[in-house]
Amino acid sequence: MSALALAAVGPAALPIPDLTPHLPGIVFGGLAGVSVLGAIGAATAPRIVHAAFCLLAALFGVAGLYFLLGADFVALGQVIVYVGGILVLLVFGVLLTGRTQVVLGQEGPRRPTGAILAGAAVFLGLLLAIGGTRWPAQPRPADPTPTTAPIGRAFLDPDQFLVPFEVASVLLLAALVGAAYLARRRREP
Amino acid sequence: MQQWLDDLIAGTAWLQALPTGLVYTIGILVACKLILLFSSLLAGEVVWLERRVSGRMQARIGPNRVGPQGLLQFLADGVKLLSKEDVIPATADRPVFVLAPILVYLGAFAAFCVIPFGYGLVAADMNVGLFLVLAITSIEVVGVIMAGWASNSKWAVLGAMREVAQMISYELPLGLSALAIALLAGTLNLTDIALQQEGWLWNWYVFRGPFAFAAFFLFFTAALASLKRAPFDLPEAESELVAGFHTEYTGFRFAIFFLAEYSAMILFSMLAAVLFLGGWSPGFPVDLTGPAARWIGFGILFAKTAFLLFVMIWVRWSLPRFRIDKVMYLCYKVLLPLSVVCVLGLSLQVLLGEVLWGDQSAFGRWLMGLGVHGGIR
Repeated sequence: MSALALAAVGPAALPIPDLTPHLPGIVFGGLAGVSVLGAIGAATAPRIVHAAFCLLAALFGVAGLYFLLGADFVALGQVIVYVGGILVLLVFGVLLTGRTQVVLGQEGPRRPTGAILAGAAVFLGLLLAIGGTRWPAQPRPADPTPTTAPIGRAFLDPDQFLVPFEVASVLLLAALVGAAYLARRRREP
Repeated sequence: MQQWLDDLIAGTAWLQALPTGLVYTIGILVACKLILLFSSLLAGEVVWLERRVSGRMQARIGPNRVGPQGLLQFLADGVKLLSKEDVIPATADRPVFVLAPILVYLGAFAAFCVIPFGYGLVAADMNVGLFLVLAITSIEVVGVIMAGWASNSKWAVLGAMREVAQMISYELPLGLSALAIALLAGTLNLTDIALQQEGWLWNWYVFRGPFAFAAFFLFFTAALASLKRAPFDLPEAESELVAGFHTEYTGFRFAIFFLAEYSAMILFSMLAAVLFLGGWSPGFPVDLTGPAARWIGFGILFAKTAFLLFVMIWVRWSLPRFRIDKVMYLCYKVLLPLSVVCVLGLSLQVLLGEVLWGDQSAFGRWLMGLGVHGGIR
């Protein structure tokens, strides 16, 4: 329908339902669906590389949810660290160890007791954390104010996150030095 | 873009009758389509430019038959690629094989939404624009590794491994040299970064001191490597790996890889022009933020982008290919330390400049002037 025709008929003739207030809900549903389906795929895919690629969908979905909540810096951090870094290293590791053709779920676990106990402990911890969090009942509109400056200040404020931030950076530095030490060329005696 | 859409709705009667959310959704889709058209059509023309320039450099003519000077060659090539048989190898991992080119193209194209083509000519004027470009382009790596793995071919896997090693490594100098500019600008918003460089030529971020000058070349080199352009084209080294990670791709799927590569070239050229070369500033004070003047600004930015694209093509046809261990050596032992020095130097420059002169770039300009003076003498 052209613009002229639309203008002639007038707004009353348009049977378009106004979904504007539901738009955040629709987007949330889509993103949540993608992340949940991706997570299920990652847990159940028979081939280990497929599981890694399903994880991609889950990570993307979560990044989208961060965007929806107005946490753009965290969302992009999620993409650059998890998708661009960790996921790629994961696939890389699978390719290098040559276990790409392994079909999961064929072999039984050798020591099931420990695995079940560890899994149950993680599940219990998550359950307690979820139960202990107060969830705001009202969805808030995404906040368009910049988040980078407050995050930076919080990291460098001694009263907030300065100590954890510095400790984490020292830990990462130690990991880097360790990796360089392991990968260095050894001199023949 | 929301401001622009709100103005449009307020000024048009029949748009007011529609639900606002619908208008927004359609507006976003139209913006996506425009960016898609821009990046893919321009990528076609860059392919033409590449072939003509390489022809010139090798004392031959290059494509000049289809359209004036061969400008429409990419349309003919597109039709050819569309009409070719779409082969998927029998041992390939089908869904991953099909998905891979889409992800690679997504990584090259989606970042255009935050690039300001001129003042206000931006699809999403985000506060974290620079970070978004770096994050989105890292998706391309996943697409490449999917393509290499799903092809079930030695050449493809080897190419993908090289590509991943190279791109992950060169993200570091790329990000650090971009961070150097974020230090000077104090923002990650690309429109603001471009606006801060208005005025005379020495307001461009390349000319704000020796460290910023070095950062530009570091950024450009790292961009060349993460675009897998020669001399860093090891992932698809045709003399060693047939065609690297896209060896098994044919027809239009291959064309998508091709378009993605050239779209990413345009993206990084535009980003370098916005970050370092003054964005849409012509080098003298003129206001290009008006509703008509911003299109002139777009033209100026486009000219800078075209120049950087030409330099990329020039480099490709002048330099021989690196060896993979040399590529890694260059990244970790040359570019990475240099870019760390740049970031440290620029932090010092901003700090000293603000304390001593009240202008963050004063110290850098003084150093640079000293260098130019010494050079002339």
